[in-house]
Amino acid sequence: MTTQFPSLSPEQKKELSNIAQKIVAPGKGILAADESTGTMAKRLQKINVENTEENRRSFRDLLFSAVDPNCIGGIIFFHETLYQKSDNGVPFPKVIKDKGIVVGIKVDKGTAALNGTDGETTTQGLDGLSERCAQYKKDGCDFAKWRCVLKISDSCPSALSIAENANVLARYASICQQNGLVPIVEPEILPDGDHDLLRTQYVTEKVLAATYKALNDHHVYLEGTLLKPNMVTAGHSCTKKFSPQEVAMATVTALRRTVPAAVPGVTFLSGGQSEEEATQNLNAMNQTALHRPWKLSFSFGRALQASALAAWQGKAANKKAAQDAFTSRAKSNGLASKGEYKSTAGADKASMQSLHTANYVY
Amino acid sequence: MTHQVPALTTSQKKELQETALRIVTPGKGILAADESVGSMGKRLNQIGVENTEENRRQFRQVLFRADDRINSCIGGVIFFHETLYQQADDGTSFVKMIKDKNIAVGIKVDKGVVPLAGTNGESTTQGLDGLLERCAQYKKDGANFAKWRCVFKIGDTTPSTLSIQENANVLARYSSICQQHGIVPIVEPEILPDGDHDLRRCQYVTEKVLAALYKAMSDHHVYLEGTLLKPNMVTPGHSCSTKYSAEEVAMATVTALRRTVPPAVSGVTFLSGGQSEEEASVHLNAINNCPLVKPWALTFSYGRALQASALKTWRGHKENENVATEQFIKRAEVNSLACQGKYTGGGYSESDQIYVANHAY
Repeated sequence: MTTQFPSLSPEQKKELSNIAQKIVAPGKGILAADESTGTMAKRLQKINVENTEENRRSFRDLLFSAVDPNCIGGIIFFHETLYQKSDNGVPFPKVIKDKGIVVGIKVDKGTAALNGTDGETTTQGLDGLSERCAQYKKDGCDFAKWRCVLKISDSCPSALSIAENANVLARYASICQQNGLVPIVEPEILPDGDHDLLRTQYVTEKVLAATYKALNDHHVYLEGTLLKPNMVTAGHSCTKKFSPQEVAMATVTALRRTVPAAVPGVTFLSGGQSEEEATQNLNAMNQTALHRPWKLSFSFGRALQASALAAWQGKAANKKAAQDAFTSRAKSNGLASKGEYKSTAGADKASMQSLHTANYVY
Repeated sequence: MTHQVPALTTSQKKELQETALRIVTPGKGILAADESVGSMGKRLNQIGVENTEENRRQFRQVLFRADDRINSCIGGVIFFHETLYQQADDGTSFVKMIKDKNIAVGIKVDKGVVPLAGTNGESTTQGLDGLLERCAQYKKDGANFAKWRCVFKIGDTTPSTLSIQENANVLARYSSICQQHGIVPIVEPEILPDGDHDLRRCQYVTEKVLAALYKAMSDHHVYLEGTLLKPNMVTPGHSCSTKYSAEEVAMATVTALRRTVPPAVSGVTFLSGGQSEEEASVHLNAINNCPLVKPWALTFSYGRALQASALKTWRGHKENENVATEQFIKRAEVNSLACQGKYTGGGYSESDQIYVANHAY
């Protein structure tokens, strides 16, 4: 505990720090396009499209060919997608890098049950992770993502769940950095339940405090990491409604109490929020009076892609309309990350729909 | 771990946060005048003055009688218990003199270090017994902030895991108790400068100590916005042969804090350790000019680094009082500039060092 054994050279630190800063450059956020095969099945099923490798490729191609580097700093890939090519035969990582956008990769292998708990989980994927990271770095990636899941109920999250997930996130982060990948740390607290805003804030503070203690214990270089937390919102079945300003205040307060200033950016997950809700909440956060020493931006999956999917319907003829929908959401979130988003009255139906799926699992 | 049982009401939180922010108002810092009887003994001994209650009262008077020039430099004064109940020559209580200047009154509440058995000379700090009741009384008697000092040392085997955990825990318990009575806890995890370790080692240890501290604060449900941190600056050990510039000290210090101190903490009020008056000011100034984003106030909570010249000038003689008080005011004004990064004077020599080996209160 008393002598430092440096795990990273100054050059390694600089590289990691530069990558992280590039991803959350002002006005930019992350497109989370790392849906697993199973999760893509759910997406495509909703628009009656068959879950084939080609259809998955086709939809990602639609997004990647239109993505605007002015509002997207990084894209998270799923393993399969990293080795697919565009319609023009260009590998997707190259398409993205040529636009000046950083390529990321989801590296966890899904949740696993924590025995003796009330349905809680940890996340697996540490085996051989160092070698996989080295390969991903060669194949064009500069950041990674790992998702842990916690839930709120009478008995949850338990002390074990908090400690175990914090620890596994710290191990993953440590390994990534050894291989030049910036780890995005995602301790998602699900919105399922009828708990109120205050409860989520409390749990979020406990989870994040444990996360940063673990990161410190594991000697992780914070300046070369990003955090992907949930926004602090009331549970989905909570009867009381809270405004974006209340969500913003609760979220920023929780972060100020737990996230060290050395972390360059916080890129929120959208959870089950509608596209519009997620954007408005992010915008409100960037307008709060509280001092925020980290960037507050987005790492959205559904909240960037829902309208595009709905417009696409799997048909080539709809490609442009789908791309326009995607670009529009990306621009809105880019503005929200600077607190400059003005919502248009009468936002379209697709963007207002809640994207919540009960007890969401990848 | 999952349900919140609120420890403080909204208005209690508001009061604590406002008190904390007032102490670290831009341009202001803390005068640490809480030397125990034993510590005052060492100070007075150095100027050939007997350590009597009267002499201790006389010296505190030298400081507290400073005119309104210090009102914009000092946000809080930490008292020792005895001093809280003393008066000036004209019968005005010291507490009233300070409060009339709109300066917050603080009180040292710990009861000194005790050994941690099984460690290499490490310690924890006692004082929790009856602390809740003592805080209630101190609040009535005019105090609205408190201070508790824990001590760490850097050596081949120290600080040990136990030392880090135990001291972090006791600081969190103390904080939690203070807040119940509207008293802002200043949390002081001092890592002594004794040793030949370099700047990097001190930074590493400081990061580990502070990370453990804030985890303990979270575990004990302490309201961070209503606290202040009093850490050591990150400096090389006193016997380290490498010399570092003020900018290097500043960078190491701010980096360590950025990695561990949540932005919600209202302010960081550095201890001066064994630094000379000028060194402490120059370092504080460099810290405030460090280009990294610093989400908390960075100011001073100095004892020796505010009082050394005043003490040397006073020498226990009433006729030196005015000149001695001027010395104190001068240091207060310099540090007021330093905590805003505006101090342009500077330079200090080794001979100004006020370092005392293995300093224990």
